[in-house]
Amino acid sequence: MGRFYNSSIGKKFFVSITGLFLMMFLLVHLALNSLLMFDDSGELFNHAAHWMGTNPIMKVMEPVLGLGFVLHIIYALIVQIVNWTKRPVRYAKMDQKEASTWTSRNMIYLGAFVLIFLGIHLVNFFAVVKFGTPPPITIDGVEMHDSYTLVSGLFKTCVSIDVLYVLGSIFLGLHLKHGVWSSFQSIGLSNTIWRKRLEMVGSIYAIIIAVGFSIIPLYFLIF
Amino acid sequence: MSEKSINIKVKVWRQSDAKDKGRFETYDVSNVSTGSSFLEMMDAMNEDLVNSGKEPVAFDHDCREGICGMCSMYINGRAHGPDTLIPTCQLHMRKFTDGQTITVEPWRSKGFPVIKDLIVDRTAFDKILHAGGFISINTGNAPDANAIPVNKVDSDLAMDAAACIGCGACVATCKNSSALLFVSAKVSHLALLPQGKIEAARRAKAMVAVMDDLGFGSCSNTGACEMECPKGISLSNIARLNREYLVANVVD
Ligand code: HEM
Ligand code: SF4
Ligand code: FES
Repeated sequence: MGRFYNSSIGKKFFVSITGLFLMMFLLVHLALNSLLMFDDSGELFNHAAHWMGTNPIMKVMEPVLGLGFVLHIIYALIVQIVNWTKRPVRYAKMDQKEASTWTSRNMIYLGAFVLIFLGIHLVNFFAVVKFGTPPPITIDGVEMHDSYTLVSGLFKTCVSIDVLYVLGSIFLGLHLKHGVWSSFQSIGLSNTIWRKRLEMVGSIYAIIIAVGFSIIPLYFLIF
Repeated sequence: MSEKSINIKVKVWRQSDAKDKGRFETYDVSNVSTGSSFLEMMDAMNEDLVNSGKEPVAFDHDCREGICGMCSMYINGRAHGPDTLIPTCQLHMRKFTDGQTITVEPWRSKGFPVIKDLIVDRTAFDKILHAGGFISINTGNAPDANAIPVNKVDSDLAMDAAACIGCGACVATCKNSSALLFVSAKVSHLALLPQGKIEAARRAKAMVAVMDDLGFGSCSNTGACEMECPKGISLSNIARLNREYLVANVVD
């Protein structure tokens, strides 16, 4: 197995499975966040956030998710850095626009932007809930964090944060437009017929993620 | 299409040997028929160079009919120039316009060092083949035709993969200089057939190991190789190799 971890295909295997895992997480995250827009009293979202924060499955999944991010980023960076050394003398002229998509050639830059966004995002919410003092609220006799106020408050008052979140969502969508089919290809689950289907699924998934996560800050900014 | 005569400038890489740093030089080539091939234009240019006492530009070529894979040239930013499903020898001057400057570079990859001008050393591909691109079974006498049934789908896929001419355009065009399209074609055309299937796992592991050692990058699935491959080798071969490699490593 040792050779596998160090091989070019093996390293991409880890980028791929961690990417697939993160994509599943994004769907859950989006579903939960969309509750923000369906109950302006905030009870629905607060209940959901409280449940996510307290149930044992999620307690286990939280470090797993963190590990998923770390491994994805580390393996993707290793792959990328090694690849940068493989053409020591560059071409004077390179014209790739007919041969490949822009997103597929710029995964590292899209990913780097997502990483910056992720950092700010964690400071905005995760760090406040974990280490700070989030506003408390009591719903049906249960004391919990008023996550709704935390989120909606930030999105209502800070336009630059709204812009950042919309950009973050779009860059993430672009990362995944190539990422979806690519992750299946990397673990060998593709062929000529399935490639077309996976690319279609990837485009739809990317739009759902980009539009879905963009709507939330815009909703609070506008309404 | 009516033939025209065009005047062009060729900005071409000159490098006297592997140690030389190399540089671009630009030559005028006049009265080029749009019906001529790119290599004919290069020949005419070289003739002019020789006549004016200069060293002709060295480039690889052999069959000039799309079979041998020797004619490696990176033309105006694309492997084998601005056309699809062809090597350089099948590129025509009708793809260029009067007054155009055409940039011609050697394949650029850590795995393909430049020997002279546009000629690169593609021994790395041979070494990958030596590692597993064969079947090591003593078959005795030739078996009866059709004694081993092969289904039509697999035989077609194997033939498609076997069309690879080892030109290296996939490496040249890949942003990572990955050789995975080449390796996957060589692995696939054997692994799809009953005679080659037996050693498929060992072959995939051995060839990938050598590939990784020889200066090629990993695959980002951009698909540029498939688009620039003169033989239209499909990315589905890379999926097959990824699958085989994974299974081969899980099995032992
Ligand atoms: C929620 C966040 C993210 C998700 C869902 C995600 C998902 C994916 C997926 C599915 C792939 C395709 C895997 C493959 O080609 O086999 C991928 C590739 C990649 N990701 Fe991410 N990613 C995320 C964040 C990041 C971050 C933060 C970075 C930071 C550096 C990053 C860097 C990369 C790179 C460089 C590749 C391409 C590797 C290559 O093929 O050369 N990703 N990502
Ligand atoms: S896969 Fe295509 S581009 Fe690569 S070496 Fe074979 S024929 Fe050339
Ligand atoms: S010279 Fe043989 S393929 Fe071009």
